[in-house]
Amino acid sequence: MSQLTGIAASNGIAIAKAYKLAIPDLSFDKKKVDDTTSEVERLTKALDVSTSELEKIKEHARASLGDEHAEIFSAHLLVLSDPELINPIKDKIETEQVNAEFALDETAQMFIEMFENMENEYMRERAADIKDVTKRVMAHLLEVSFPNPALIDEEVIVIAEDLTPSDTAQLNKQFVQGFTTNIGGRTSHSAIMARSLEIPAVVGTKAITEQVKEGDNLIVDGIDGKVLINPTEDEINEYQQKQEDYEKQKQEWAKLKDEPTVTKDGTHVELVANIGTPNDVEGVLNHGGEGVGLYRTEFLYMGKTELPTEDEQFDAYKSVLEQMGDKPVVVRTLDIGGDKELSYLELPDEMNPFLGYRAIRLCLERDDIFRTQLRALLRASTYGNLKIMFPMIATLDEFRQAKALLLEEKENLTKEGTEVSDNIEVGIMVEIPSTAVIARQFAKEVDFFSIGTNDLIQYTLAADRMNERVSYLYQPYHPAILNLVNNVIEAAHAEGKWAGMCGEMAGDSIAIPILLGLGLDEYSMSATSVLPARTQMKDLSKEELASYKDQLLSMGTADEVEAFIREKTNQ
Amino acid sequence: MAVEKTVTITDETGVHARPATVLVNKAGSFASDMNLEYNGKSINLKSIMGVMSLGIPQGAEIKIVADGSDEQEALDSVVEVIKSEGLGE
Repeated sequence: MSQLTGIAASNGIAIAKAYKLAIPDLSFDKKKVDDTTSEVERLTKALDVSTSELEKIKEHARASLGDEHAEIFSAHLLVLSDPELINPIKDKIETEQVNAEFALDETAQMFIEMFENMENEYMRERAADIKDVTKRVMAHLLEVSFPNPALIDEEVIVIAEDLTPSDTAQLNKQFVQGFTTNIGGRTSHSAIMARSLEIPAVVGTKAITEQVKEGDNLIVDGIDGKVLINPTEDEINEYQQKQEDYEKQKQEWAKLKDEPTVTKDGTHVELVANIGTPNDVEGVLNHGGEGVGLYRTEFLYMGKTELPTEDEQFDAYKSVLEQMGDKPVVVRTLDIGGDKELSYLELPDEMNPFLGYRAIRLCLERDDIFRTQLRALLRASTYGNLKIMFPMIATLDEFRQAKALLLEEKENLTKEGTEVSDNIEVGIMVEIPSTAVIARQFAKEVDFFSIGTNDLIQYTLAADRMNERVSYLYQPYHPAILNLVNNVIEAAHAEGKWAGMCGEMAGDSIAIPILLGLGLDEYSMSATSVLPARTQMKDLSKEELASYKDQLLSMGTADEVEAFIREKTNQ
Repeated sequence: MAVEKTVTITDETGVHARPATVLVNKAGSFASDMNLEYNGKSINLKSIMGVMSLGIPQGAEIKIVADGSDEQEALDSVVEVIKSEGLGE
């Protein structure tokens, strides 16, 4: 047996067989065939098998993601039965006496090139569809297995180089016990998805796909970030015990589900959750979230071929607000660009996408897109306790412009006779150091701050959080971060406003005592972190932690901060 | 004898992925040969890649041609789909 260490991305223990999600080797040789009839039959059979697979995937997508996401597979199915594609392949086999693999590849390449050379970005994307579909057919011709996460129907642990958001969206929780990847960190998409699906995950193992064979037994320890390959009987017993203990602890946490979050010395703080879609609200309520601290609206825009309409957005916002009742819901307006692309917007590639045209910068220029979202939000505002938050605000001007657009659309709606709530708080996400530094000036104009630590840390330490080689610089406890956070909280309180945090840091057991001491009001985290955090809060004294504030803020390194907190809180 | 009909595309985005899918599926359910003519080009209406490759924009006049045993029914059904999908008139 051997063991790999990675980053604990989602809590829990999984024990199951490995299922490799990798693109197989699809190389082939050109061959001359004499019996072209049976070669054409071989092709037909590969097409049939691919068709029935795609139909299954489409049904799965429809059931788990909705009609809209399933549509892409309807197009894939049509490609498979397209006479303009299939007939030339058959002709080629017959007239040139070549093998099906060669005929398929040549013909498909011709179409792929044709689409890739089209002006329109949308048409170029269709080339990717043809590639996807022909890869599947090729795999069947070559009789190599073509893995697909939606087709998994036994208990497995998925292993992969990395998982895309659509890969993770296709995972069926009933069968997929956990997953582990070569790359990624705690804040990568796959890690965030694992926590919202509540399946154990270890990411960034660097070598899992090399060291594990399909069908090997695996233990994924998402608590300590370990993967055991072909464990011994004793180890399996040990981890089954750990799994049971974890389940017991979860039951203990569950007892606090409907309790308010109160510290040992009686301070109430708000523990709220981050969500991506209306479907996530159930998890928030089941885990005792006191609200939604960050609703990432970009999922409404992703995996589509065009912008979502005002009505589509209204339905989603209304659903979240209604489900949450009078609990607060902080909706972040569109944060696209950076690592999150929308192919249909045809944005040019950038050298430094994280420092480029994204989020509010894009929304203020493309105000047609922005206004649609604001109108949908305003219309939904009467269905619950809505707060609106603008992302990536770097200057006061940006905030003023965004707020002016919001007020304009509010007036338009009122004129049209649509009812809009008068109690919508409007705040900003603090993730750019410039804004954190002059938070005092912002505090006079905004209703609240929510500190987005994932980006604030990468901008403050100038370290790309997607780059493994500089990941050591991703230091949430760095004194520079603590000073910026403190500055934001003090600024908010000086103006009678509230300050929250919606990065991964807000749910971290070392960060929580620090933030409580600095006076943070609202902590937004993955839903599954809420109850552990509430349990921790019960044992913390705000007064005691506040007395360490000056000492912490004047420390020199993140390690000193961490060691100090561990000692004071017995961790 | 083939039958044909000309329609104007009114949809803002032209013939896009979803309606193209519905159109090709409909055409594929008939025995007749079906073609779509636009901008001097004629493509097989039963081919999704053919339809998409034309990149038909708003305002385009397209001609649907059906030829075969069920040509009239085929033509009527496809034109009906174009209307019901809000593609054109």
